[in-house]
Amino acid sequence: MTTPGPLVLVVEDERPLRRFLRTALSAHGYRVEEAENAAEARIVVTTQSPDVMLLDLGLPDADGIELTRELRAFTTLPIVVLSARGKETDKVDALDAGADDYLTKPFGVNELLARLRVALRHARPPAAQADSTFEVGPLYVHFQRREVRVAGREVHLTPIEFKLLALLATHAGKVLTHRQILKEVWGPQYATQNHYVRVHLAELRKKIEEDPARPRLVTTEPGVGYRLKDRLDD
Amino acid sequence: MTDESRPDPDALLRRVQAEEQREKRARLKLFFGFAPGVGKTYKMLENARELRASGVDLVVGCVETHGRYDTAGLLLGLEVMARKGVEYRGRTLREFDLEAALARRPAVMLVDELAHTNAPGLRHEKRWQDVLDLLDAGIEVHTTLNVQHVESLNDVIEQITSIRVRETVPDALLDRADHIELVDLPPEELLVRLKEGKVYLPDQATRAAESFFKRGNLLALRELALRVTAQRVDVDMRAWREAEGVRHAWAAAETILVCVGPGPGSAKLVRAARRMAAGLRAPWIAAFVESDARPLSEQDRQRLDEHLRLAESLGGKVVRLSGSGVARELLDYAATENVTRIIVGKPTHLRLRDLVRGSLLDELVRGSGDIDVHVISGERDEAPPEAAARSGHDQHRARDFGFAALLVTAATAVGSFGRAWFDQPDVAMLYLLVIMLVAARWGRWPSVLAAALSVAAYDFFFVLPLYDFAISDVRHLLTFAMMFGSGLVISALTFRIRLQERSARGRETRTNALLALSRELAVAPDAARAAGALATHASAVLGCPATVFVPHGDGPARAAAVAGMPTSGPQEQGVVDWSLEHRRVAGLGTDTLPGAPVLAIPLLSGPTTFGVLAVEPPASLTRDERDLLDAFARQGALALARAHLAEEARAAAVHVRAERLRSSLLSSVSHDLRTPLAAITGAASTLRDDRDRLTRPQQEELEETIVEEAEWLERLVSNLLDMTRLEQGGVEPRREWIPIEEVVGSALDRTRRLIDGRPVTTNVPHDLPLVFADPVLLQQLVANLVENAAKHTPPATPIEIEASADDTAFVVTVNDRGPGIVDPERIFEKFYRAGRNATPGAGLGLTICRAIAQLHGGTLTASNRPGGGSSFRLVLPRTGQPPEVTP
Repeated sequence: MTTPGPLVLVVEDERPLRRFLRTALSAHGYRVEEAENAAEARIVVTTQSPDVMLLDLGLPDADGIELTRELRAFTTLPIVVLSARGKETDKVDALDAGADDYLTKPFGVNELLARLRVALRHARPPAAQADSTFEVGPLYVHFQRREVRVAGREVHLTPIEFKLLALLATHAGKVLTHRQILKEVWGPQYATQNHYVRVHLAELRKKIEEDPARPRLVTTEPGVGYRLKDRLDD
Repeated sequence: MTDESRPDPDALLRRVQAEEQREKRARLKLFFGFAPGVGKTYKMLENARELRASGVDLVVGCVETHGRYDTAGLLLGLEVMARKGVEYRGRTLREFDLEAALARRPAVMLVDELAHTNAPGLRHEKRWQDVLDLLDAGIEVHTTLNVQHVESLNDVIEQITSIRVRETVPDALLDRADHIELVDLPPEELLVRLKEGKVYLPDQATRAAESFFKRGNLLALRELALRVTAQRVDVDMRAWREAEGVRHAWAAAETILVCVGPGPGSAKLVRAARRMAAGLRAPWIAAFVESDARPLSEQDRQRLDEHLRLAESLGGKVVRLSGSGVARELLDYAATENVTRIIVGKPTHLRLRDLVRGSLLDELVRGSGDIDVHVISGERDEAPPEAAARSGHDQHRARDFGFAALLVTAATAVGSFGRAWFDQPDVAMLYLLVIMLVAARWGRWPSVLAAALSVAAYDFFFVLPLYDFAISDVRHLLTFAMMFGSGLVISALTFRIRLQERSARGRETRTNALLALSRELAVAPDAARAAGALATHASAVLGCPATVFVPHGDGPARAAAVAGMPTSGPQEQGVVDWSLEHRRVAGLGTDTLPGAPVLAIPLLSGPTTFGVLAVEPPASLTRDERDLLDAFARQGALALARAHLAEEARAAAVHVRAERLRSSLLSSVSHDLRTPLAAITGAASTLRDDRDRLTRPQQEELEETIVEEAEWLERLVSNLLDMTRLEQGGVEPRREWIPIEEVVGSALDRTRRLIDGRPVTTNVPHDLPLVFADPVLLQQLVANLVENAAKHTPPATPIEIEASADDTAFVVTVNDRGPGIVDPERIFEKFYRAGRNATPGAGLGLTICRAIAQLHGGTLTASNRPGGGSSFRLVLPRTGQPPEVTP
């Protein structure tokens, strides 16, 4: 390990979870800074400039969503929020407030590493993307030529479907909420028309997925949004 | 009954407290007279001198001697405070110096002329306010007051003297006075003193003095002053009576009872009662006794209501009594209310009727005992009573009489032309038929006319000598008499039948209204619906706004259901709250707050008040309407009571279920939580302590155990939480329009580790309409079904998911080829586990599935498939129209 690994700020009030995160992350070459509450987190963010932040939404001294909004005012630091199952609205709120992704507790170490990896990748300034392409599994997207191929076969998408796919592809590996998608593809005035996204995504899946009822490329995060895989699991 | 002789403990307590307070607070002594010049100031000063002589610290605050030497002489030897000079319109007014008086703080202070208005710029506008300050400071005050300055008598004084007295003193000061000393002087003497110039009159009064100091006026004023003092004595007397437990009536004050009926003379009785009451300054009551034996006709009721309304508008209290003996009821009521005078109308009917029915007047007078009975004549100038009564009874039009005459003419014509075939008696029968027809069709008086005409025509045209009213045969007289008599009897009978019919029709309307209400109440599932039905029906029947109020903690009643557009001001709320609190009818047309535009009827059932039905009729309700409303209120109260009971029972059932759930939860959880915890603890501690002795595969197995058991624990806890939330009804589905395909997809994604290596087929047509459901819950439902299939079937057996839709519902089925289901219903029960050797689980997954299905108004059922395996079928109703999606 010649270069020091990325610095992860873990904001979590439960000691056992902090211990697990510290151990697991250190073992994978990350440097770890810990904060027990929002106040400590603010100090670390401003003094140590961490590369990514794991933020528990249930902090004792502040609302995680508020903290996210507050930090977003001055930093693009990637934030991955940790939340319990059944709190889908909290997750959506956090994502809409500027968080980059979320993890549902309890989570495995592989899931954690995957999220951090994606968050760190998206934090880097995008290389001249205008000319770039995206590839995952059988899917190939050429942004500038508006070209989409599945298993080498060219697929014809409507303009909306292409915008949708392009948006997901630029954020590959990251979850996008319905609202974020609606704002980007349709415009802010459509921000509550969730079924637009659902219907057009179903059309898109029909064209790019092998079995649209068992999607492998674009997965649904129920109650939160969609995620285009940046690598296939199997 | 023995209790009644014992004093009410509350009253006793009040009296004791009042006495204690009176002893503590400063005394107020009032020298009270009926006119200026009777010698109040003189009397006060005399009294003061006696006190001073006995060593009391007494100061004269202000006394107007009006330059009279005899009065001024009494001031000698008394301490007199300097007056305060106040400039007002170029004059210096010498006013009572309150500040100095308070600073001096004597035991007793004399302040003359309580009703005096202070000069502008002083602390108070009125002198009586100064006096109150003195009393508050603990200084005993002696003061003077004339009867015309008493606030409540202001109107009366004006009536008597035609002089409006502007300087008034609130009655509360009279009540506050510990001692009122009446200074009296015969009017004749006063007039002499006036002539001698011994009475001082203020400038502005001089002009009016002439009309004021008339002997008649003075007599009236004197009587008033005496009465005020007497009333005051009466109050003291009552306090004494309460204290001593004296119960029987002691009529120091008057109470008047006037008997009101539907007769036109009653209005005059009401007015007479009011005048008498005003003269006596006594409360008065207008009473009506509804006789069980003789119900009133519709018109009578209306007139009676008018009379009672008149009584109310004139400030009388209105009571409706009922019973068979009118006199008895009146006298009983009079006894309970300490009535001293009863006013009844002079009988206008024939003496004969008294012989038959008994005389009310007679019974009243005989039974009245101490009570005076005043008999007043009916009002002649109002309207001819008979005519008024008749026109009220049957509204006959001239046309009706015309028809009667026409029919008689027709009968005559038929009789004349058919003379060849008819006998004379036949013609008589024909006339009888006509009389009957007229009676049936047009009522009493046209039929009487028909009878008279018939007799005349019969005589003229058919009885010898013909065309002459003379009668040759005496037998015909009998025929005439019988014809006329039959006609009258028939018409009377018909009239009664019509009355009965009318009241029957009214009853039918009421019964129908009640029936409609009770039908709706019977199906009302809860109190809110019952209240709604009650308000709606009351409003519909009366054609006015109606509101049902329910008790709301300790605060004012809350409207539970509203029909129409009621005004809801503080007055209405006051009526409603009073009715709710006192469990009695209040508002419009009642004894309490009769001036309010709203009538409030409490909804009582047993000891509980479930609410108040408030209606806002445009005018006072008729008796029938009131009866109907009362019936409505009873029905409503019963329905509300039932709804409350049902709600209580439901709450109890929920409680029992919750208790049962908690106990089974405990037993299940204690086992299901401990097993994986034991496995995790064992595996983890083995890894920590004995790692060196374990082979690599052994280590991996232990690690796998820890992960698996922990995941299982997580699922269990999640399920428990979900179950609890669903059970408690705390889950509100966040419905959105979603493709079923997406639900299936995310469910399979979530369970992908469990179904790894199995053939999973999905048959979800791409063109299915959107379903309106909670995406998270629906995904959880499908995922649980898939997980259930995966757990209960051998590895590598297939799982099939199908979705379809028709016009009314969506169907999603999850099928497997496992061992099937033993009991397709019990598997949805909480903590049910299929078979001993089944994969352990808390037995909650399917329960949650069904709860979610029900939350969406759908069903979830299980069945065994032909050819082996089980099938779970979710049916969701199609609700609403999916929104359009523009490209």
